[in-house]
Amino acid sequence: MSLTDDNNQRRPRRAPLSEKAWPLAKTSMLTLGSISVTLLGLLFITFIIGRVMPIDPVLAIVGERASQSTYDAVYQQLGLDKPLLVQFLYYLWDVLHLDFGTSLLNARPVSEDIARVFPATLELATLGIIFGVVLGVPLGVLAAVRKGSWIDQVARVLALVGYSMPIFWLGLMGLLVFYGILGWVGGPGRVGIFYVDVVPSVTGLILVDALLDGNWAVFKDAFSHIILPASLLGYFSLAYISRMTRSFMLEQLSAEYITTARVKGMSEWDVIWKHAFKNIRVQLITVIALSYANLLEGSVLTEIIFSWPGIGSYITTALLSADMNAVLGGTVVVGLIFILLNIFSDLLYKVFDPRAK
Amino acid sequence: MMSTLLDVQNLWVKFPTRNGVFDAVRGVSFTLGRERLGIVGESGSGKSMTGRAILRLIRPPGIVEADQISLEGVDLMNLSEKDMRAVRGQRISMVMQDPKFSLNPVMTIGDQIIEAYRLHSSASKSEAYNKSLEMLEAVSIRDAERVMRAYPHEMSGGMGQRIMIAMMLIPNPEILIADEPTSALDVSVQRQVLDIMDKLVKERGMGLIFISHDLNLVADFCDRVLIMYAGRVVEVCDANKLHEAKHPYTRGLLNSLPRLDAPRDRLEVLERDPEWSEAPSVSGRI
Amino acid sequence: MADTQTWRQWLLTETPTSRRHAKISAIYQGWLSFRSNTMAMIGLGILVLLVFVAFAAPLLAPHDPFVQDLGNRLAPLGTDGHIFGTDSLGRDILSRLIYGARITLYIVALVALIAPVAGLLVGTVSGYVGGWVDTILMRITDIFLAFPRLVLALAFVAALGAGIENAVLAISLTAWPPYARIARAETLTIRSSDYISAIKLQGAGPLRIITKHIWPLCISSLIVRVTLDMAGIILAAAGLGFLGLGAQPPSPEWGAMISEGRRFILDYWWVATMPGLAIFTVSLAFNLLGDGLRDVLDPKAGE
Repeated sequence: MSLTDDNNQRRPRRAPLSEKAWPLAKTSMLTLGSISVTLLGLLFITFIIGRVMPIDPVLAIVGERASQSTYDAVYQQLGLDKPLLVQFLYYLWDVLHLDFGTSLLNARPVSEDIARVFPATLELATLGIIFGVVLGVPLGVLAAVRKGSWIDQVARVLALVGYSMPIFWLGLMGLLVFYGILGWVGGPGRVGIFYVDVVPSVTGLILVDALLDGNWAVFKDAFSHIILPASLLGYFSLAYISRMTRSFMLEQLSAEYITTARVKGMSEWDVIWKHAFKNIRVQLITVIALSYANLLEGSVLTEIIFSWPGIGSYITTALLSADMNAVLGGTVVVGLIFILLNIFSDLLYKVFDPRAK
Repeated sequence: MMSTLLDVQNLWVKFPTRNGVFDAVRGVSFTLGRERLGIVGESGSGKSMTGRAILRLIRPPGIVEADQISLEGVDLMNLSEKDMRAVRGQRISMVMQDPKFSLNPVMTIGDQIIEAYRLHSSASKSEAYNKSLEMLEAVSIRDAERVMRAYPHEMSGGMGQRIMIAMMLIPNPEILIADEPTSALDVSVQRQVLDIMDKLVKERGMGLIFISHDLNLVADFCDRVLIMYAGRVVEVCDANKLHEAKHPYTRGLLNSLPRLDAPRDRLEVLERDPEWSEAPSVSGRI
Repeated sequence: MADTQTWRQWLLTETPTSRRHAKISAIYQGWLSFRSNTMAMIGLGILVLLVFVAFAAPLLAPHDPFVQDLGNRLAPLGTDGHIFGTDSLGRDILSRLIYGARITLYIVALVALIAPVAGLLVGTVSGYVGGWVDTILMRITDIFLAFPRLVLALAFVAALGAGIENAVLAISLTAWPPYARIARAETLTIRSSDYISAIKLQGAGPLRIITKHIWPLCISSLIVRVTLDMAGIILAAAGLGFLGLGAQPPSPEWGAMISEGRRFILDYWWVATMPGLAIFTVSLAFNLLGDGLRDVLDPKAGE
């Protein structure tokens, strides 16, 4: 990036509007173009997966004992007699209308199911990422500033263990210790059995709903259920975030402009936060966005362990009962969020780093 | 001779490594008045370390030892970190080699200069802004208001270094350490930057420590020269008497420069004597 | 003693006598710097042990991993003859762990063969040929990168059917894009270097340049990346096994063993704990080894 910047060194800062607006428009067009291509690719892959599935979608609908004529009718109705490309276009059309077909398990539209389970995942991942950022960023900064000290070693071991631990196993161990033995937290599920459907679902986020309803007991119970899986996810993002923060900070702290700040007579605290840390903010937001996306998908295993009724559980359950529409719908939604978060962090970079303009 | 600003006695900079302690600077002594003192040496000779050690910018695990580094009678070695911060910028300042790296890439130039000023004065933002504009004009930057809003990568190297000088001189320090200030610049703008620096240093009656590997430049620009080799000062002489230098290393450096008035077929290759690095430092104190 | 001294000197010489001598000497010096990294050596030690255990499984395992003994089910740790206890069907957990090492090794080896090679092919072709080939290949790579890995692997296994080979394939399919990126970046820098132009002038074709001059130079950064990814691969395989989409029962795959022990976690904790510890140890070893290798082979990347 810095190589190309040199060419623009003497570019006047206030260019005429038309000249300024054009590259921006061009960039947005390109971004938009690449988003659509990536999305098309995503849908194409899920489409192909759906077609090579060893399950006959017609049989799944009509049942084993249907006559040949019924079978053929449904076969045509599903458009399976058309060429693959046409089928793909049909599929695209449906997805564009947020129509992922109906679930074979409960005969409800998949999009409704996803809308119902997604808030649970969102709540869990959001709490997890808050945990990871609040602890991981300061830890990473400290580890970089005191490189080689005991805090750096602790951060290193924490990250190493985080990278090496099977998340589902750690979840089980957490349940065993904190729920089974110590009894400090609630068990699997979002709330205890007596609190199910007590508060009206407004946002779908049970902590928020309980607060809106002013139902303190539900809030406390929901909190005791979410705290363990959320801190588990938080730990895994902490491992990643703290490592990245540390290496970004080390890079900045060894830069010459940091010496300049010290020469000016700035206190070490200000040097660290006002110069070094300020300069990694954009990079850091990218990492956090990525980590958040990973939590949204990585919660699959955690959700299973904690019987958390989120999108991960939904996809897995659907998978085990060969409910193809549900699997593909869930995959598309998760992939979509993943891509959007990636694009969001890309855009942030372009907006906030003066060198990227 | 004029009054002494800075008195450095027996300065050592050490770095512990896996193979024992490495001495980057070994027993360097010199004084600085309101003059231009050049420190010349090849890379690794410890000249930059000397400059940074004076500002106590050597980071652990590096160790700085000295009998004293006194700034107008106050020994900097004994100051607390907080008192030392009041010295940095306000009393001793430093210009580094490459403005491309020594300016914060994501802060506007204006913010960086204003910050340098307000760290040592209680001036309001608008006062600081006006003062910064003045300072930029003093280093011959046209269109200073536009430059204040610009980012470092939008500047050329020569402009960047002038901005750096403006930023370092704005708190009005008594001593400026210039660490290879023109090495990263195009030859065409080197002279210009030096002239601006020289003018400001003279006007303000400051002491200047000019660190460079370029013997010619230093001989031209400074009043007095310390020649460093392997962490030691091997020779001290007045800049205009450099051709009378006696130490074989200095002689070697002088002879390895091509001269227009006495062309030679082959330039001499510097022969190094291990004894040079063993001999004690020559004192540059007056 | 004198003999070893001269060996050392021969290996550490600064004036190698032949190309092979220089190569061996470089490897030896890399090994010396690697050896001084205690953590990496521990990692290597654990992995050597893992390979040994996997190969000598029939000799080491005290019991047949598949033989059930319903009368002795869920025996606790330290039971006579069953140090790690028994599972819900009375099978010896230690023996199952020992045999499970084979499966882990098998999965890791296969993925480590398939994904980097696929990535290397795509990346070097993309980087060397350039133009629209590059655009298309990199777009495909981006699409795969944009996919959440575990969910993509899940969908693949769903399409291909559960089983070890399909799990390997699914993991490989999600693992190759980063290698393609690395290989492409390396290719781009190598391609524009002077010595490639020199070989071209001597008449070397693209195939020769890619296979003889670009691939060898991509290898070291790929090895580091593969080693660091290995832990992730093990965790992914265990995750699929845990979901019942990888190795099928009665196979003693560690992830599947955890899934089985999960049902009794509150009363018979060791059934799920032991295989988890095994997974953790092995992936930790790979992480330690990867860190050490990175310091030796690719010093720039280590902070």
